[in-house]
Amino acid sequence: MWEYSDKVLDHYRNPRNVGKIDDADIVGEAGSLACGDSLKLYIKLDGNIIKDAKFQTFGCGSAVASSSILTEMIIGKTLEEVKKITNKDIADALGGLPQEKMHCSVMGQEALEDALKKYYKEEDEWEELELTGSSDNHDKVICTCFNVTEGQILEAVKINGLKTVEEVTNYTKAGGACGRCKGAIKNILDEYWKNETPVELTPTQKILKISKVIDQQISPQLQKDGGDIELIDVEGNTVKVKLTGMCSGCKNASMTIKNFVESVLKDKVDSRLEVEQV
Amino acid sequence: MIYFDNNATTRVDEKVLEAMLPYLKEDYANPSSMYDFAKKPAAAIKEARGKIKDFLGANNEKEIFFTSCGSESANMAIKGTLSCNKEKKHIITTKVEHPCVLNLYKALEKDGYETDYISVNSEGELDIEELKSKIRKDTALVSVMYANNENGVINPVKEIADIVKTISPETIFFVDAVQASGKIPINVKDTQIDMLGISGHKFHAPKGVGALYVRPSVRLTPLINGGHQERGLRAGTENVPYIVGIGKAAELAMDSLDYEMKEVKRLRDKLEEGILKNVFNARLNSSVSNRVPNTSNIGFEYVEGELILLHLSDIGVCASSGSACTSGSLEPSHVLRAMGIPFTALHGSIRFSLSRFSTEKEVDYVIEKLPDIMDKITAISPYQEELMKLKQRRG
Repeated sequence: MWEYSDKVLDHYRNPRNVGKIDDADIVGEAGSLACGDSLKLYIKLDGNIIKDAKFQTFGCGSAVASSSILTEMIIGKTLEEVKKITNKDIADALGGLPQEKMHCSVMGQEALEDALKKYYKEEDEWEELELTGSSDNHDKVICTCFNVTEGQILEAVKINGLKTVEEVTNYTKAGGACGRCKGAIKNILDEYWKNETPVELTPTQKILKISKVIDQQISPQLQKDGGDIELIDVEGNTVKVKLTGMCSGCKNASMTIKNFVESVLKDKVDSRLEVEQV
Repeated sequence: MIYFDNNATTRVDEKVLEAMLPYLKEDYANPSSMYDFAKKPAAAIKEARGKIKDFLGANNEKEIFFTSCGSESANMAIKGTLSCNKEKKHIITTKVEHPCVLNLYKALEKDGYETDYISVNSEGELDIEELKSKIRKDTALVSVMYANNENGVINPVKEIADIVKTISPETIFFVDAVQASGKIPINVKDTQIDMLGISGHKFHAPKGVGALYVRPSVRLTPLINGGHQERGLRAGTENVPYIVGIGKAAELAMDSLDYEMKEVKRLRDKLEEGILKNVFNARLNSSVSNRVPNTSNIGFEYVEGELILLHLSDIGVCASSGSACTSGSLEPSHVLRAMGIPFTALHGSIRFSLSRFSTEKEVDYVIEKLPDIMDKITAISPYQEELMKLKQRRG
C-alpha cells in the first residue's frame, strides 16, 4: 500500500473540476492508454487569465489527485504565472507523493505544457515562450516503451535534481519497462551532471557568483514586474534573500522564490542551493 | 472488511493456531536434542511431515522437505538440481510463472543457461505443442506452475510430466503448486513429477513455512549448508510451530477440498456473473472452466486498476490488481500481457480470490457496490466516447 498524504486521498476521493469544457480555448494532453495513464486538461481563457479548467484522467489515485489539484492551481492565474508551474509544485501542493509516483505529477506538468505550447503556437509567440523546463529541442525519443524524449528526461533531472537512473524512472517512467534505455539514461545523467557539477567554490567565490547571477539575471526580471530582490546572506547552501518593491507583498512570493530564483541559482551556480526568504 | 485477496495470502485458521501454540510456549525443545523433553516436538514434525505427504499424495514422508516459503521451495528445487547436472545448460519454463521462478531463470541466463519461455493463449492456457518442440536431450529442467496466481488457470501437469519424460527421460520436471494447494486435489503418486513446491500461508497456515516434495531418485545439492536437518538438504533448526501449522493446515485443507470445489466455486461464479451483468465495462480475462475454484480475473475497460482498488478499499473490500501502478513497477502484469489482454482492459484488471471463509453476503455486497464505484471512476476517464460505445454495445 502506498503512503498517500491526506491531500492525495481527498483529491482522488473527491476530485475537483472533473469533466470537459466543450468550448475550451486550449486542451493539453499527456500520456496514453497503452502506457497506463493519460490526462486531458481543458482550459477556458478570459484574455490572459485562466477562467476555468477541467480535467479527465485515466490513471491511479495519485494521477487523479495530481490532475485535480493542478486545475485548482491554475484557475484564476495568468498564462505567464502558470507556465512556471513544475511537477514539483504539483507534488508539493499534494503534500508530497511517493517517489515511485512522481511521474504522476510530471504528467500534470506535461499536460499543462502541452496546452501552453498549443496556445502560443497559435498566437505565434512560441519563440518567446520560455517554459520552466528545458527549452532546448531534445526531441530524440530515449525510452520507446513509454515514449519519453531526452528533453523530458533533462527537464525532470533539472527540476528535481535527479541523480540516478532509478530516480529518472520514478519521475518520467523512462526505463521502467524493458529497461533497454537505462544505459542511455545513465549517459544523459552523466553528461548533465558533468556540466553541472561545479568546481567546489570557496565561500567567498560562491557569494560573489550568487550575487552576480542575482544582479544580472534575476533582478532585471523582477524589476519588469515592479519588484526587486536583495541578497541578505549565504549560509552553506542556503541563500537568504529579501523580495522588495511589488514583490514584497505578492501572494505568489514563495512561488517566485522557489520556481524562479532558486531554479536559476541552482542552474547557474550550484544544484544544491536552496533559497529562503527572510 | 471483505477479504477477496486469498491468492496473496490467507487468514490463519483458528485450529492451525491452536495446534501451533504449545510449540511456541511450553514445548520449545530443539527436536534434535536427546532428552525426553525433545520427543514431543520431534514427533510433531514427523506427524506434520506425514500430513504433507498425504496432502500431496507422496509415497513416503522422506520425500517431504520443510522450507520457509514457496520461493525457497522453488529455489531449492531448481538451483539444487541444476548444480547436480552441470553439463546440461538448457532450461524451460512458462511466460506466466511466478517471479520466484521467472527471476531465478533470468539470473540463470546470466550464468550461461539457455532458456525457453513457453507461451499461453488468450485464456491463459499453456501452448503444449510449443513446449513439446522445445524439450531436448540436454534440457536440464522444465518448470511449470500448477495453477496461475493471477488468472487461476490450471496446467495439466500430469500430462506435461509424461510429455517431458517421453521426450527426455533425464530432464527434471518441477511444479510450483503454491496456488493449487488447498484449492484442488494434488496427487504426485500417479505422476512423473519430480519435485513440487507449496507455501503454507496460501492455505491458512501462517507465513514463513513451505514444503518441497522431492522424488527419491532426484539428486539435489542444498541451498543452505549446515546441520543434518531435513536429511541434510535444508540445514537450520526446524521451525517446529510453523511446521506443525502447515501440517494442520494441510489436514484441514484436505477436509475442505470438496467445499472449495463446490461452494467456493459457486460463490466465485456468482461474483463473476454478477459483476459481468452489473458493470458495463467489465470483461472476464479468463473464462476457462479449468481454473482453481476461488479465482476470478476481471478487466474493467478504460479505467485504471489502482483507482478501483483504492475505492474498493474505501468500502472495506480487499482485492488486487495486475495494474502497473499498484506494484511500483511501471509495467502491467506479465501474465495478462502474455495472454494478450487488450490494453484497454490491461491496466484495469482486478483479481478477486475467495477462500472457504468467504460468504454469500460478501459476494452480494461487492456485486451491489461495484457499479457505483465504476460510475464514479468512469466519469473521470478521458475515454468517454469509447465508454459510451461500450455501454451501447453491451446494452
